[in-house]
Amino acid sequence: MATVTPTPLLKDELDIVIPTIRNLEFLERWRPFFQPYHLIIVQDGDPSKTIKVPEGFHYELYNRNDINRILGPKASCISFKDSACRCFGFMVSKKKYVFTIDDDCFVAKDPSGKDINALEQHIKNLLSPSTPMFFNTLYDPFREGADFVRGYPFSLREGKPTAVSHGLWLNIPDYDAPTQLVKPLERNTRYVDAVMTIPKGTLFPMCGMNLAFNRESIGPAMYFGLMGDGQPIGRYDDMWAGWCMKVICDHLGLGVKTGLPYIWHSKASNPFVNLKKEYKGIYWQEELIPFFQNTTLPKECTTVQKCYIELSKQVRAKLSTIDDYFIKLADAMVTWIEAWDELNPSKTSDESLHGAAK
Amino acid sequence: MSEVNIMDNEVDIVIGALQSDLTSFMNEWRPVFIRYHLIIVKDPDLKEELQIPEGFNLDVYSKSDIDRVVGSSKSILFSGFSCRYFGYLVSRKKYIISIDDDCVPARDDKGILVDAAAEHISNLATPATPYFFNTLYDPYREGADFVRGYPFSLRSGVTCALSCGLWLNLADFDAPTQALKPGQRNSRYVDAVMTVPARAFMPMSGINIAFDREAVGPALFPALRLAGEGKLRWETMEDIWSGMCVKVVCDHLGLGVKTGLPYVWRKDRGNAVETLKKEWEGVKQMEEVVPFFQSVRMPQTATTAEQCVVEMATRVKEQLGSVDTGFTRAAEAMIEWLKLWKAVGSSSSVPGV
Repeated sequence: MATVTPTPLLKDELDIVIPTIRNLEFLERWRPFFQPYHLIIVQDGDPSKTIKVPEGFHYELYNRNDINRILGPKASCISFKDSACRCFGFMVSKKKYVFTIDDDCFVAKDPSGKDINALEQHIKNLLSPSTPMFFNTLYDPFREGADFVRGYPFSLREGKPTAVSHGLWLNIPDYDAPTQLVKPLERNTRYVDAVMTIPKGTLFPMCGMNLAFNRESIGPAMYFGLMGDGQPIGRYDDMWAGWCMKVICDHLGLGVKTGLPYIWHSKASNPFVNLKKEYKGIYWQEELIPFFQNTTLPKECTTVQKCYIELSKQVRAKLSTIDDYFIKLADAMVTWIEAWDELNPSKTSDESLHGAAK
Repeated sequence: MSEVNIMDNEVDIVIGALQSDLTSFMNEWRPVFIRYHLIIVKDPDLKEELQIPEGFNLDVYSKSDIDRVVGSSKSILFSGFSCRYFGYLVSRKKYIISIDDDCVPARDDKGILVDAAAEHISNLATPATPYFFNTLYDPYREGADFVRGYPFSLRSGVTCALSCGLWLNLADFDAPTQALKPGQRNSRYVDAVMTVPARAFMPMSGINIAFDREAVGPALFPALRLAGEGKLRWETMEDIWSGMCVKVVCDHLGLGVKTGLPYVWRKDRGNAVETLKKEWEGVKQMEEVVPFFQSVRMPQTATTAEQCVVEMATRVKEQLGSVDTGFTRAAEAMIEWLKLWKAVGSSSSVPGV
């Protein structure tokens, strides 16, 4: 048997982005796994409140005042009073990889009782190829103990670079409000020991609770939309980002993995509050899904930013009939890319539309 | 679309016998198989008499039966692993479960014996969800559901027409992979069933499957025969070919395909390096067919599995025939199969044993 090479820590190449309004006590549980890394805390809600960060972590913290100061008028694209604000952290990060986690997510145990290092698994997922062009029935063929099955075309075995690693949750599952109301006591106790690539052309509901991505390859597509305060909708931020991201990944030949790692989701949010937030989304998604399933990007869209701007045009053209919100959202998508490019000037001048940033 | 109640008497278990002594195989499966009617089809190339233990409700078919029912010129279609298709042809049940004769029941991650038949039936009885990926896998399993963001209009799902199980111990690898990793054994029990998304393709292994014969029977056929096809799974591609076709049909007809549980335990057999020494075309042929299958579209007028297969056969001949004569033969075999299906497979009387 070949020896297994240890997973690189990537401690200077990865930022952990955490949105919070309460406190960061949960970091104590994660200390053994997170301490080597730089944290980006995005403080939502009242900026005058002080968020205590446990000792020993190095971090940068941004509250609403910081977001307004840094982005100026472009701050309008960053949600307020919704965890969607986390994408501000993606934008200001300078690292190649981002891992984002919610402050009510704790270390889970695998079936043998061992603590799961979720970050290490995400890194493994991101550093090995995806297989979006053909489904492997033994799941991720790059995991130890697995491989491509008989009949898997050899020309496709190199795979595609992995852009996103979508983890799952034990205990409180990520259900919508109606399901929570019907099954308030259901807990996810099933540990499914698999990572798999979501096939090209297939959409999925991306949950932002336990998510990692290659910021260099897909970062600009990870915009979490307009949610929360002053917006007609909530709890669709990660969904929106996931649909846009997947269309762009499919177009650019990047892969998305889902499955391990699990975290332990401890807090069940109030289903009645959730219902109010999701209400419009439940209707709108019936039209949004066919929109994303049928959207195509022209081959001239060779960068994530170009894809995203093109998507924003299609959102404006085709979704404004659903609600004026989508015109606002299309505007915000453009603002997001402008802000992203300003804060992340690219090395080749022909890609940047807006010249050098600070 | 809701859960269907599948009765034991709606199920046939079809076993293709490539080895003559089925005693330990049948005895190991006895607790699972005993409730169902079985069809055992002996590989027409197998010379020895079959040894089958007592106590089962079964029908056995051998070369003489195959010759009588389909004619001796057609019986070549049913040699080797393809003998089980004869069982699919003569079955009169709505559902079929088919397992290779070198597999025995597996144990799950808690050490409990897996009732592969019950799990396949459960997969077929609950809807599939091919139009949107559920990140918690099969939402119809106990303790699971659709996640936030899953469109409500897609939650009733579609009929599951095919259930593809997996294998512990000897996984279904091709010869080069197994030769490179001779010691590799699959010990990972992944406790999940999921729907293969629409328009996504996967290699459908014939080792451990179940299907709705009424819905897709005509689309599961013995057609692609390799020049060096042998009596080890990694010397065949017939199931992979058939699986690609059936997925096109399912996608077109709005039927679902599930993959994952149940597991069976596949015994060690054969030497992959020996297989590599043969002129092994399977690898090359697979490369040609992928772009074809990913782009083939059925016309709106094709509303049954039979019509889809006719269309597929035409396209295969047109687009792949020039690549390799094996594909022309495959297309012809598909049409032959449909003729047999019409004559034998869909008649209301059971062919005599």
